[in-house]
Amino acid sequence: MNLAAKDIRHNVGRFTLTTLGIGMLLMIVMGMAGIYRGLIEDATLLVHRIGADIWMVQRDTRGPFAEVSRVPRTLAYRALAVSGVESAREFVFHTIQRQHHGKPLRMSVLGLSWPSDKGQWLPLIAGRPLAQNHFEMVADKSVGFRLHERVKLGKDSYTVVGITSGMVSSGGDGMIFVTVWDAQAIQFDTPGEAVRLERAARDRRGQSHEVFLSQPALTEQLARPAAELPAVAAPQLSAVVVRVARGADPAAVAATMSAWGDVSVFTRDGQEELLLQGMVDKARRQLGMFRVLLTIIAAIVMALILYTLTLDKLHAIALLKLIGAPNRVILGLILQQALLLGAAGYGIAYLAGQKLFPHFPRRVVLTNPDLVQLAVIVLGISVLASLLGIWRAMRVEPNEALMG
Amino acid sequence: MHEHLAIETRGLKKVYGRGRTEVIAMHDATMAVRRGELVALLGPSGAGKSTFLTAVGLINPPTSGQILIGGALVFDGPDPRVNLRRFRRKHIGYVFQKSNLIPFLSARENVQIALELNGDSPRRARRRASALLQELGVLERAENGPAMLSGGEQQRVAIARALANNPSVILADEPTAALDSHRGRQVIELFRCVAHDHGAGVIVVTHDHRTLEVFDTIYEMEDGVIRAASGWVAAHHGIDH
Repeated sequence: MNLAAKDIRHNVGRFTLTTLGIGMLLMIVMGMAGIYRGLIEDATLLVHRIGADIWMVQRDTRGPFAEVSRVPRTLAYRALAVSGVESAREFVFHTIQRQHHGKPLRMSVLGLSWPSDKGQWLPLIAGRPLAQNHFEMVADKSVGFRLHERVKLGKDSYTVVGITSGMVSSGGDGMIFVTVWDAQAIQFDTPGEAVRLERAARDRRGQSHEVFLSQPALTEQLARPAAELPAVAAPQLSAVVVRVARGADPAAVAATMSAWGDVSVFTRDGQEELLLQGMVDKARRQLGMFRVLLTIIAAIVMALILYTLTLDKLHAIALLKLIGAPNRVILGLILQQALLLGAAGYGIAYLAGQKLFPHFPRRVVLTNPDLVQLAVIVLGISVLASLLGIWRAMRVEPNEALMG
Repeated sequence: MHEHLAIETRGLKKVYGRGRTEVIAMHDATMAVRRGELVALLGPSGAGKSTFLTAVGLINPPTSGQILIGGALVFDGPDPRVNLRRFRRKHIGYVFQKSNLIPFLSARENVQIALELNGDSPRRARRRASALLQELGVLERAENGPAMLSGGEQQRVAIARALANNPSVILADEPTAALDSHRGRQVIELFRCVAHDHGAGVIVVTHDHRTLEVFDTIYEMEDGVIRAASGWVAAHHGIDH
């Protein structure tokens, strides 16, 4: 006869509520691990998806994700000239915040190197990649734009032609993908009044500048659309991403580029490590500490609950001892309940997490190793938590059954 | 002669505390109960009846003295001669005033657990538990929990559990205290049937003088000493002493 099951059947309401409470607590522990994994995945997602072997960034900076990096557009052509390079693409990346339907909306803008890169590599769930070099965008679904929606960013409107899934920046902001030109137009967008003032200033400078005096047509460029202004203002890229030809050694290619005085060069692993060590490390440690604390709290709560459940059964335990039940029967009763509580709590945590985590603002990624690790931890704390109850039960004397 | 005795105690003594706080709860308690004999133990509160019962029942062993159950010496002086818990499981049945049953088990399971603890298979234990409940007239309440049983029904289930492993001895501590006189009498008569039909020696601690004629033998206990019932009690109820 399974006494643990019989006792639970007798107190099914209380056991259910207790298990729900433990389940919610374990769900938070599970969620902490999931948020941590999500943080890492988000941080490295772009590096993985872009598939670059080498990242060229401004000298002595840590790349476009960690800090501001500015490199000249011509760097892509320089890179293409290096032996072993299959392709070199312009890369523009920055984060903006705009109003959308009356609410603030943060998004990360990634410039695609049109026409070589139209976003074919993006994980589209609707629509298509870019088909023209201006005024089209692909947006991640987390941004909240609808397919074919026209979104005004700066002075220009962009049509959403594709929707991706799971493309977020290391900061957790949804991404939009436009051409490099458009990305720069969005980045360097200035208010009309500022443009007019700048235009007047340029005009004044032009009247005294030799180039404008000798080439008056240049002043006409100032009246062009905002998206094309960077052409005049010598725009800068965030980075150049390089793919190495099959058979070529990325380290050798990187070594060649590292010799250039104006750039720093990172391999894919290097860039990933920079992301994890620089941006995610503190968050990881913070989440890790919260996880440890929550696990300890869960163990203490479980121990108290099991102890209380045992206290409620002291008379029954004394009766069992009186009629000759060996200690292993008593121990089994408490330990089985602890394990059932842990297992049921874990199951509730998993099921509730599956339903709730997708609604969290940042991604919560439950990996199998993390789930197994938590299961082992729950098993451990279930056993540990039962020790207090077992200790109390072992101290019960059979004559306590006579006390009513 | 010993093989006819269900239980025999020789000079049992129980001392609580030491030095100035020492209290002698039981002194030179000697008693012999035959198989099939129903014995009443009377006495005022604090006389040491429960101490005697828990000592004989190997729940709270005596400080000194000897206990023989079924002719076997199981306790000698301060040392048990057997594993007390295992011995209790096989040879002694208990019935108390109240809170006799495990609250999270049904009536049948309360009997079944005693059998399973003694090594019976669940199926066999269930069959035997049902048979005992039927014998005691509470089979129709087999699936009910203790909270849904009347006091008399609870005592019947407790008696069924006490009988489960065919013990040599059944010990009952004021089993009718929580019952009305009619049900109290029914329970005592049940004990007599149990003693006679199952051949167990039954010792019942009771305050209820209205049922004393049902008993085969009456002992009185006062100030920790056991003696045969006084002439008045025995004569009034027509009992041997």
